[in-house]
Amino acid sequence: MKIAVLFFAYLVGGLFLGGLLAGFDRIVTARMQSRKGPPLLQPFYDVLKLLGKRNIVVNNYQTFCVACFLVFIILTGVLFFVGGDLLLTIFALTVASIFLVLGAYSVNSPYSTIGAERELLQMMAYEPALLIAALGMYWVTKSFHVNVIASYSHPLIMYLPGIFVSVLFILTIKFRKSPFDLSTSHHGHQELVKGLTTEFSGPSLAMIEVAHWYENILLLGFVYLFFAFNPIIAIVATIATYVLEILIDNTFARLTWQFTVASSWIVTGATAVTNLLILTFFLK
Amino acid sequence: MSYFSKSPWVFHYDASSCNGCDIEVLACLTPLYDIERFGIINTGNPKHADLFLVTGSVNEQNISVIKNLYNQMADPKVVVAIGICATSGGIFRTCYNVMGGIDKVIPVDVYVPGCAARPEAIIDGVVKALGILEQKAAALKGEPVAESV
Repeated sequence: MKIAVLFFAYLVGGLFLGGLLAGFDRIVTARMQSRKGPPLLQPFYDVLKLLGKRNIVVNNYQTFCVACFLVFIILTGVLFFVGGDLLLTIFALTVASIFLVLGAYSVNSPYSTIGAERELLQMMAYEPALLIAALGMYWVTKSFHVNVIASYSHPLIMYLPGIFVSVLFILTIKFRKSPFDLSTSHHGHQELVKGLTTEFSGPSLAMIEVAHWYENILLLGFVYLFFAFNPIIAIVATIATYVLEILIDNTFARLTWQFTVASSWIVTGATAVTNLLILTFFLK
Repeated sequence: MSYFSKSPWVFHYDASSCNGCDIEVLACLTPLYDIERFGIINTGNPKHADLFLVTGSVNEQNISVIKNLYNQMADPKVVVAIGICATSGGIFRTCYNVMGGIDKVIPVDVYVPGCAARPEAIIDGVVKALGILEQKAAALKGEPVAESV
């Protein structure tokens, strides 16, 4: 019964919070560029408009993949927010991303294919940091379950500062922000066109947008875990993290995939692996 | 009212413009005019766009490009011809390689004359286009998929 309530709370709350977060993002971005920016509800207008457009499909498999992407992203969020297994959550997130990549590969457009290829490289770049973060949390709390980690009485950030830095680094990749917006370029008129999403239009694109909202909420939930000992501090830290990501987005140009993979692995190695080694030394 | 006029995504193509009108189109996105206030985004991808902004006249080499871009856009869609070259061919209309305005190739809904068209005029044209976009969206309900040009 409790799980059912949490499930519906996430289904509705994730949608609204995710959309509001996207609107907040666009306003803050505009203010950083000394513009006024769109209304807060703009992402909802965008999605409702996309649902009213005619759907141009190259093949039926494409729509199927995008639908699976949305379903698996929601499923991942549900696994996380009902307090499920953290490792399972990370692997379910990978499955969701793979469906998006398959959809982009299936259409045969060069822009879409480059986007899909780069998405795979991005996954290669961020997966180690996510897995080490899960390991680190297990090492401190002796559990992979999100509800146990979230109710741990001591501040997790004190034990895992290095791991938190590596998670911050790869969050830029996951939020699809500059300098790591390799697979779907954020702004028009670039060499990628729109990368991964080039061949999706109307309702299919709306599904990708909504999935991205859910994904952002899930990732911020992951940030929350580091500060979960005090909910107020945790919420402030989560919002601060997102504002930091927006600032990074507005101050960097896009980097190459070589730099993305190399830098994220080096950062993961230097901070997260070191952190984990020190933990194994002190916490037996 | 539908959400089309609250979130029009534009797509800009330079047919054979001197870049004067193109710079004015991009000027609309800068902090001075900031058309993102109205939810307008420059997408750069015809499959995501609702409004097709074309500058410059049609010549023999870009007929197929304009048709292709137009056909790749999902309905409902509106075409705005920006600048005198796009509306009629302008001073180039008698050139041996120029066919004339954009309406020689694809149906144009709004004409924004000027050399170059000022950002205020472009924004005015886009606002007029939004009304047409709403009408097209309303007419589209229950209609079969339109044929390509």
